[in-house]
Amino acid sequence: MSRLQVVSGKGGTGKTTVAAALALALATEGKRTLLVEVEGRQGIAQLFETEALPYEERKIAVAPGGGEVFALAIDPELALLDYLQMFYKLGSAGRALRKLGAIDFATTIAPGVRDVLLTGKACEAVRRKDRNGRFVYDYVVMDAPPTGRITRFLNVNDEVAGLAKIGPIHNQAQAVMRVLKSPETAVHLVTLLEEMPVQETADGIAELRAARLPVGRVIVNMVRPQVLDADALELVAAVPRSSVARALSSAGLGGARRGGHAERLVEPLLAQAEEYAERYALETEQRAVLADLDVPLHELPLLPEGMDLAGLYALARQLREQDVS
Amino acid sequence: MSRRPEPAGTHDPARHHLSPTRTLDIDPLIEDPDTRIVVCCGSGGVGKTTTAAALGLRAAERGRKVVVLTIDPARRLAQSMGIDSLDNTPRRVKGIDDSAGGELHAMMLDMKRTFDEIVEAHADAERAAAILGNPFYQSLSAGFAGTQEYMAMEKLGQLRSRDEWDLIVVDTPPSRSALDFLDAPKRLGSFLDGKLIRVLLAPAKVGGRAGMKFLNVGMSMMTGALGKVLGGQLLKDVQTFVAAMDSMFGGFRTRADATYKLLQAPGTAFLVVAAPERDALREAAYFVERLAAEDMPLAGLVLNRVHGSGADRLSAERALAAAENLEDPRIVDQEDGKAGLRNSPDTYDSSESPATPDVPDGGSPAPTDVDPTDVDPTDADTDPDADAERPVDRLTAGLLRLHAERMQLLSREQRTRDRFIALHPEVAVTEVAALPGDVHDLTGLRDIGDRLAADRPELPTTP
Repeated sequence: MSRLQVVSGKGGTGKTTVAAALALALATEGKRTLLVEVEGRQGIAQLFETEALPYEERKIAVAPGGGEVFALAIDPELALLDYLQMFYKLGSAGRALRKLGAIDFATTIAPGVRDVLLTGKACEAVRRKDRNGRFVYDYVVMDAPPTGRITRFLNVNDEVAGLAKIGPIHNQAQAVMRVLKSPETAVHLVTLLEEMPVQETADGIAELRAARLPVGRVIVNMVRPQVLDADALELVAAVPRSSVARALSSAGLGGARRGGHAERLVEPLLAQAEEYAERYALETEQRAVLADLDVPLHELPLLPEGMDLAGLYALARQLREQDVS
Repeated sequence: MSRRPEPAGTHDPARHHLSPTRTLDIDPLIEDPDTRIVVCCGSGGVGKTTTAAALGLRAAERGRKVVVLTIDPARRLAQSMGIDSLDNTPRRVKGIDDSAGGELHAMMLDMKRTFDEIVEAHADAERAAAILGNPFYQSLSAGFAGTQEYMAMEKLGQLRSRDEWDLIVVDTPPSRSALDFLDAPKRLGSFLDGKLIRVLLAPAKVGGRAGMKFLNVGMSMMTGALGKVLGGQLLKDVQTFVAAMDSMFGGFRTRADATYKLLQAPGTAFLVVAAPERDALREAAYFVERLAAEDMPLAGLVLNRVHGSGADRLSAERALAAAENLEDPRIVDQEDGKAGLRNSPDTYDSSESPATPDVPDGGSPAPTDVDPTDVDPTDADTDPDADAERPVDRLTAGLLRLHAERMQLLSREQRTRDRFIALHPEVAVTEVAALPGDVHDLTGLRDIGDRLAADRPELPTTP
């Protein structure tokens, strides 16, 4: 099991949720995980219903069996100042650089530097050991940028190679790439059973493979339960309206004759079934596309009551049952 | 659909406390000749690009000369509009109804090319070549997270100044956060034109005025520190780049400011696009507040993918209970003592062909029609055709479960929407009914346009 688990996905697919559920799932049996956020959206704090995360590792959840989940929102500016302090003892010069806009420049404008700092911090957490030589975190789970940018984000070496040929950023990038391209890392992609996210997932996997980054699993999120099977769907088109009305009526929903309560339900219910059939056909198509990707597939259900803390624990349980963790 | 469906969740009493909600009227907005720019913004995955394209098409078919600037359209949508080739210029879209005299043009943004064009337009050939070949420039123009936002705004400014179109519809980049789109042009503008640039330029302008000497000491210390972090060679690239771009800096700042002002101008309308989901609406609320703070004119909220039901008077709970009755008739037998009810054809003869239309109303009313919740238990005997009826019962139970799922979704969407409206009652809203599939042709876009303009969601009609 890779110790750095990177979770990406198209916007709106729930990658933050999946990353958080994965961190919880990996923390069972007394393990300790670190959930890392790199895009400054405070999505983790919202998910765990806590206040905004500062730039420090703090415990945000306890997993079943006594495990712990820590969270960290990496702020690239603070990471850079940290880094300068650590290596150059810059002190007040760091603040002066900041005032001048140089930190802003280095972390947002200079291409790749920001990403090196973000991935660098995560890799540092992966490798960190305590006094007894044990890893501080059993797993680090990163809520990474979306699929469209993930390869560029992780492939920091290529990004900065043409720019910083020597110097600390260069060295840092080299060290980071050693972790990211090793079996220590797995990059998971979250998708929905819809055309665009599936297409992006396929493109993302091709890009990751081309960059020799380790592709982990594809997690299909918000899968709706199968309510009508193939036989029932076939019947939708052919069934006499009146017999559905009678069935509704016999179930206690009013009169089956024209204008009766049950009879008036028939058309809207069948219309919903036709929509379902259309969606079902599209989903079947997308499942086939995903199956061709040659990557382990997992599915997480849509939570009927929406996403909350209880739902997060339920998804974590699902991931464990599917041996994702 | 024989009757117009009720809007989502009318049964929900909470809705009445919040009404009247301001309705966003799309047609007056896009038909108004004073509306020159419509900006669609919102978080990723909410249908921004589709909304922008649908608005553009609708405006064009209502007689306006429209250009749609998309950032990252789905492949098939781009193909259907004929803009899948990246040439960074608007192309006329064929197949639209131009009887009202309108035109639709569309383009997909190529940010590197847009950046290159600025350089080529503002520097002599030799200098332009030096800039375009600089490694720092190449990374900046292709990779920097803010470049796309900046170039989208730059392109918008260009399209506007050409004055060839009545209306420009802009899709915004899929930023990590919606705010990047407002901040990036300023950030890039102030970087390219700022103090730091002068610091970086300092070594390239050795032998400046004597009065600058003290300042230069401080600056070389700074560049030294930067050099340590970034590596000396990168810094040199940056310096060369900056020196070559020197003459263009003022221009960048001016352009960023001009675009910013254009966005605040009365002819501009912002549409915040969202889906009725917690995260998307939270981002939308954030955006609404931010636009207000920046004096950007907000036209309203487009709420995509809203679900409706033609049977929304039947609650999820009742639908589920009824489904259980059908799946396991013994339950209802126990409760009501109406054995065999499941297969009771109510007041009708069980020998009647199922295909025969029901007896029309107007005769003697059956008891079931008097009280719709009460089923007439005339026939308590087990129906001999029970087995034949099983598949229909199973199907009907499935239909009811499907409906229960839909109703749960409706009430969840209603709750998130109501929360947004309670916080932002001033924002006009238009709801767009969810489609079962993706949109990839003009017909689909036209359909979305109709839904955008309708004041409440329609049930999707299956062809």
